[in-house]
Amino acid sequence: MNELTPKKFKASDYKTKLKPVWCSGCGDYHVLMSVTQAFAKLKLDPKNIAVISGIGCSSRIPAYTNTYGFHTIHGRGLAVATGVKVARPELTVIAAGGDGDGFSIGGNHFLHACRRNTDMTYIVMDNEVYGMTKGQPSPTTDPSWDSALSPGGTGLSPFHPLVIALASGANFIARTFSGDVKGTASVIADAIEHPGFSFVQILSPCVTFRPDQKAWKEKVHEAMVPETDDPARAARRLMSDDGFNTGVLYRGTREPYRFSCGEEKGDITEIQKQFEV
Amino acid sequence: MTEGDQNTSVSVAMVGSGGAGVMTAGNMMLEAATKAGLYGLMTRTVGPQIRGGEAAALLRLSSRPVHCVDDTFDILVAVDWKGAERFAGEVPLGPHSLIITDPATGDIPEILTASGARVVEVPIGELAAAVDGGRANMVILGLVAALIGLSEAPINEIIAKKLRKKGDAAVTASRAAVRAGYQAAVEVTSPVKVATISDDDTGHPKRWLISGNQAAGFGALRGGIRFVAAYPITPATEVLEWMSPNLQKVGGTLVQAEDELASINMAIGASFGGRPSLTATSGPGLSLMMEGIGLAVSSETPVVIVNVMRGGPSTGVPTKSEQTDLNIAVYGLHGDAPHIVTAATSVEDCIFTTQWSVYLAEAMQTAAIVLSDQFMGQASTIIDPPANISFMAQRLVEKAPTEDYLRYAVTADGVSAMTLPGTPGGQYTADGLEHNPKGLPSTLMEDHRDQMDKRDRKVADFNYGDHWADVEGDEGCELVVLTWGSTTNAVREGIERLKAEGIDCKLVAIRLLLPALPLQFDQALKGAKRILVVEQSHSGQFLKLLRAHYDMPGEIKSFRRPGPLIIRPGEIVDILKEWNAL
Repeated sequence: MNELTPKKFKASDYKTKLKPVWCSGCGDYHVLMSVTQAFAKLKLDPKNIAVISGIGCSSRIPAYTNTYGFHTIHGRGLAVATGVKVARPELTVIAAGGDGDGFSIGGNHFLHACRRNTDMTYIVMDNEVYGMTKGQPSPTTDPSWDSALSPGGTGLSPFHPLVIALASGANFIARTFSGDVKGTASVIADAIEHPGFSFVQILSPCVTFRPDQKAWKEKVHEAMVPETDDPARAARRLMSDDGFNTGVLYRGTREPYRFSCGEEKGDITEIQKQFEV
Repeated sequence: MTEGDQNTSVSVAMVGSGGAGVMTAGNMMLEAATKAGLYGLMTRTVGPQIRGGEAAALLRLSSRPVHCVDDTFDILVAVDWKGAERFAGEVPLGPHSLIITDPATGDIPEILTASGARVVEVPIGELAAAVDGGRANMVILGLVAALIGLSEAPINEIIAKKLRKKGDAAVTASRAAVRAGYQAAVEVTSPVKVATISDDDTGHPKRWLISGNQAAGFGALRGGIRFVAAYPITPATEVLEWMSPNLQKVGGTLVQAEDELASINMAIGASFGGRPSLTATSGPGLSLMMEGIGLAVSSETPVVIVNVMRGGPSTGVPTKSEQTDLNIAVYGLHGDAPHIVTAATSVEDCIFTTQWSVYLAEAMQTAAIVLSDQFMGQASTIIDPPANISFMAQRLVEKAPTEDYLRYAVTADGVSAMTLPGTPGGQYTADGLEHNPKGLPSTLMEDHRDQMDKRDRKVADFNYGDHWADVEGDEGCELVVLTWGSTTNAVREGIERLKAEGIDCKLVAIRLLLPALPLQFDQALKGAKRILVVEQSHSGQFLKLLRAHYDMPGEIKSFRRPGPLIIRPGEIVDILKEWNAL
């Protein structure tokens, strides 16, 4: 698609014809729908969007969107996305990936991306399992979940991405369920529009290795209380929630990261004068 | 100093425990020497302590450009001897040398006096204490300046410049302490003076005082780098610290990353966005960056990595030099991953080689690793203003893609036009997965083969011109020294000395370490019968690289040792003379 007619923006305009590698019934299909619906809702020009991911099932998403994309290496999507945004601040930058990619191998980048507060949106499709390697526990997996790699379960408390995002300084924190395509699209659009680093955890079931997650659609519910801009209230609520509260849970007011590349200027011969003795 | 050539250069070591100010005194002496029309090189050796450890400023001044350290020091002067035995091995002395000591600071380490050097006692501490606010390092500065024949005027000028912010009292005190040093020198016989220099020598364009790390940063900036991602590491940090404020002057920026994994990947992201990008690191950081560098190769995203080598493996010897990241730079990537590895051959050449590497990375859309080392990176040197270099970042960009645009089109020279985000109709997904010409993931044998061929071709067939090596000497010369990196300068000086004795030897210092260029190599080595391979590595990484990639004619000899002990010109002279006599 070379041009978009200025009046009509359809989600399908943002999709490529490439057939996803995902299993039939994977929640990520819904996430792809939500992401493209959010782009249409915001009337973004696909040429001005960059979707950047790591490695894993969900990280395959860039090639399925008709935007600029970078399918990077395991855990490093956020770092590459930061480089893109700082180099080209006018672009809409989406980082995307899974729970293993983002919270385990890429965990340090998650902390510092929240803290740096670069103006971009990070979507994590959380299915509490490494799917591409056929079913190993991830940082968000229940401690008793049995697997070949960790028979009888890991015995480890799950990582709480939303609490960690808040503690690390993320400026927008939300949780959605992939099955709620419209609701998720609306939250993603909100996240893109919000200045600074926006984090959206999408509960996206893995039907192959976690068939038990089919029950998620019964468990999820809209957050009981309205969103807040008070980190203390947000912390209390995130620490005490059941993991299935959806919606925008925190919307901060911190200034986004301010060091970006600008227009070419200056004169190198002036710079070299500092070496003259 | 070399025998029979008394005034060629003078080498001075100023030592003291950290905080004694020997680095300050050394820097002032170097600047004053520049004002007096001299050239010079100052390296430093420090212990691992953050503050308070042993430190030595090692200077060599000359009326001719200086690129390496001499065989021995003419003058060794100490504020104190705390910890001095730990670097005594790096400060070789001889019977002609002069050691100046303050009797109040205790005994000179035996390893130093064993050289037979003359010892002179000067009450440095007392002289400093006699001046209100006086410091021993300034007394030393005056003392050494007087001994080597440097006049007081340029020293006073530098003191005013450097201490202006500290106020008039500091300037007055320092000048008085320097004066005390000059007066004390009257009692001392100097072993050597530099050639007479006019203090108001203005007949040449302003010379530059620059370190290798600054030079690498400057070359990068001049080549078009506009984005840098940084994680601090010794001894590369100064590259980043120099670039941060200077990038802002040209519309670029530096991001401090959370680790080296982030810094290489941020640089790749920024380059994908269209900005020529760089990161700088040292061994441990380079190890962490390897997967990212492979991504740059596979996705054909240009990126430059300046790696300032230090002693390894692991944390190794962080503050001291070694040429041992050659293997990881060349072979560290998994898979078949054609990329560029270059190495600067001098402090000054850090400008050229880095700038050229920016050009290469951008022109071939791949990763270029530039190797420097602690010796060059942290050495300050006085140079003539370097020539302008025409190599600039110039990427093949598709600005108006048509419907059939292919990001990874298989082309004759292997380079395919890249679209930048924001270009209508140019959308593609860059990928570390193998892909087809359109950029879509592919596991097909044909796509893998074609893309591998293309990535290899663009690097192997590129026209590198004459810059692949510094080749100096007559064609057909039977005696050749092959070397690389900072070692080049000691070799060059050794060869010059041999020439004065009637022995001809060729120098081949390789700047382009990957890819190998066998045709050019064969041409440079034509007629060689004896080849000495010189490097600062325990295992002979360079020798093994040469053996793997090239056919070397004749007899091969390896002269190598690990860091931090620098290779000196006299050693090259001795080996070649002995070999030549056989």
